[in-house]
Amino acid sequence: MIRDHFRVLIVDLAAGKGSIVKIDGRDTDAGGSGLAARLFNEYGDVTRPWNDPAQPLIFAIGPLTGYFPLMSKTVCAFKSPYHDQYSESHAGGRSALSLRFADLDALVVTARAPRLSCLLVGARHIEIKDVHFLRNMPVDKAGKRLRRISSGSGHRSILRIGPAGEAGSAMACINVDTYRHFGRLGGGAVMGAKNLKAIVIQGDGIFGLPGGADYAKLFKTVYRQLTTTDMMDKYHNLGTPVNVAVLNKLQALPCRNLQRTSDANIDGITGERFADDTLLRNMACSGCPVGCIHVGFVREKFMAPNQYLYRQVSYDHEPIFATGSMLGMTNAFDVLGIIDSAEKMGLDVMSAGVALAWATEALEKGVISETHTKVPLQFGRAAGYRQAMVHLGLGVNDFYRRLARGTLKAAAHYGGADFACVLGQEMAGYATGEVFFAAQALGFRHSHLDTGGYSYDQKHADKNVDAAVDFLVHDEQERLILTAMVACLFARKVYTRELLGDCLNVVGYRTLAENLDSVGARIQHRRWRLRMDSGFDPAGVEIPKRFTEITNWKGPLDAKVLQTLVDGYAKKIISMAAPAGKSE
Amino acid sequence: MKPVKILTTPRMERCIGCHSCSLACARLVHKRLSWDTAGIRIISSGGLSTGFEARSCLACDPAPCATACPTGAFKQRPGGGVRVKKSLCIRCEKCAAACPVDAIYLQPDGEPFVCIHCGQCVAFCPHDCLELAARPLETAPATQTGEAA
Repeated sequence: MIRDHFRVLIVDLAAGKGSIVKIDGRDTDAGGSGLAARLFNEYGDVTRPWNDPAQPLIFAIGPLTGYFPLMSKTVCAFKSPYHDQYSESHAGGRSALSLRFADLDALVVTARAPRLSCLLVGARHIEIKDVHFLRNMPVDKAGKRLRRISSGSGHRSILRIGPAGEAGSAMACINVDTYRHFGRLGGGAVMGAKNLKAIVIQGDGIFGLPGGADYAKLFKTVYRQLTTTDMMDKYHNLGTPVNVAVLNKLQALPCRNLQRTSDANIDGITGERFADDTLLRNMACSGCPVGCIHVGFVREKFMAPNQYLYRQVSYDHEPIFATGSMLGMTNAFDVLGIIDSAEKMGLDVMSAGVALAWATEALEKGVISETHTKVPLQFGRAAGYRQAMVHLGLGVNDFYRRLARGTLKAAAHYGGADFACVLGQEMAGYATGEVFFAAQALGFRHSHLDTGGYSYDQKHADKNVDAAVDFLVHDEQERLILTAMVACLFARKVYTRELLGDCLNVVGYRTLAENLDSVGARIQHRRWRLRMDSGFDPAGVEIPKRFTEITNWKGPLDAKVLQTLVDGYAKKIISMAAPAGKSE
Repeated sequence: MKPVKILTTPRMERCIGCHSCSLACARLVHKRLSWDTAGIRIISSGGLSTGFEARSCLACDPAPCATACPTGAFKQRPGGGVRVKKSLCIRCEKCAAACPVDAIYLQPDGEPFVCIHCGQCVAFCPHDCLELAARPLETAPATQTGEAA
């Protein structure tokens, strides 16, 4: 468990075999983001396309996974179908602890299975099962069947894809344990390209404890900080949807394809409304006592006079923004219904919602017609969006297949690029201003979690571009230390550099604890190098016009400042990716 | 006689599936890192959408596992449950087979793990699902109350 190397399972789906390999670098690459980049260097090829069977699909955990609370995330790395560049997506659920208890620091899946398959791994087994009967099966139904063909209820993680992944959609997610996702940048399509419907990881290993009484004592201290202080209250209480009302008040909530930044009728979809009317219960990732997963419900009358069915749907700020405010929805149950449709297809809800917001405006403007969308798309009308999610997931016609490759790809064909809300990929739910827009457009994952750009916008009224760029570079580095461990980023205020050092020391990673200062920069360099080698050109990033047209609490967006930020951050990224000694 | 305390799981409908209880038991009682080697184990009851169940000792008296144990490694605990002496265990696995509620986990080498009703897991449950309390009188076994069966 505590070892000076990484223990990695490499699975060859074509051969139907796996092998355990020892990989060096524990004290320098740590794990998670660092390990994934190292493994892609080893097993991937930046010059080959994303769907080349030889390309690896990587899942990596960190040195503290399972040892401390909220060390509960997994990094998934792959060459993305969205832009054919090296990418990461992160998820929790039980995936991280399942890998830990399967005694794996990482799982690398290579090649393509001859038939649609399910990979089952654990501490004492590797098996590849033919599951051709799950072809095109929605995520929820596939989950039920996968539970029956695998063992270890409660102590396993089930990763699966829906029809969108099998169809090769660049918006296909990998569903993790029903309510979590490797959502962005098309990991689901990578599984689909490998003929891999699902991965079941059983955490059936048993390990000795390091550190004796000191370890147990430190665990208790961290646990108390997380559960008895108000540091995690936001996530435990209303959860991330608390942001909906806050951002709306700031005029920083993207609404109706970012035609607006607030909605007078927002009360119907705030975090408070979801909690009052739709919240069934909270759930947690394994190893996390916070329980930030909020599960609501949709209820449908399927037959007169009073025959109903219900389904449980998890919600967060981002899905609510993407399928709520962006689509002009003002009813929480309507939002959950749209999320539910996207979930069944195995679509990333954020990307799909934002794409449909563009399609709605494109339809309004006559850029496309209903012949393309097959259903009427109108802001505020849920029924059309529920159907459109199915069309998008299945890729039923040329329009939806183009849209599934990314909104800007569709706009390049039909027109309407000016109002495509794309910042590297479909935008996240913050219209806070110049720093966030630049941060997402250029950020490694094009995620609001790459850096705290949205927070910087809210805390700084000045337009000091150099200071903002320095912040983005430094903040990414700090977060990379956490995603190497692999901590939930919600715990970033708890896991200070000092505490991480203590945690590593107490379980026996003393050299890594000493190296912590250099870990972030090292991974940052390696990831950006991989990203640029696989085709990313930071200097070529363009921000669609729509982003320059917004007004929020700070006033109209300053397009000049935004462009200067983009240019400055791009220059830094090129510098960070440069070989040692060649940076500017 | 002072009533003994037992671990109960009276509010499992509040469970969020964080496994903090199992991990605490494995860590503090059994000195291991594992989901399995714990006196309380959390499983989903038919997929995550249907909630969670705790697999733990119900403090039987008489305890079928103690009755089945041929060496005295599992002995009846006054008030319910068992006292475990691992040094006497021959890994025959009869205890786990005898348990009617699947509360005993067997390691691959046959070593058994069962709740000893110490209550160390209780403090780690964020939703107060668990309780270490004196067995309520109405469910107290005959040996506790002196009543006939």
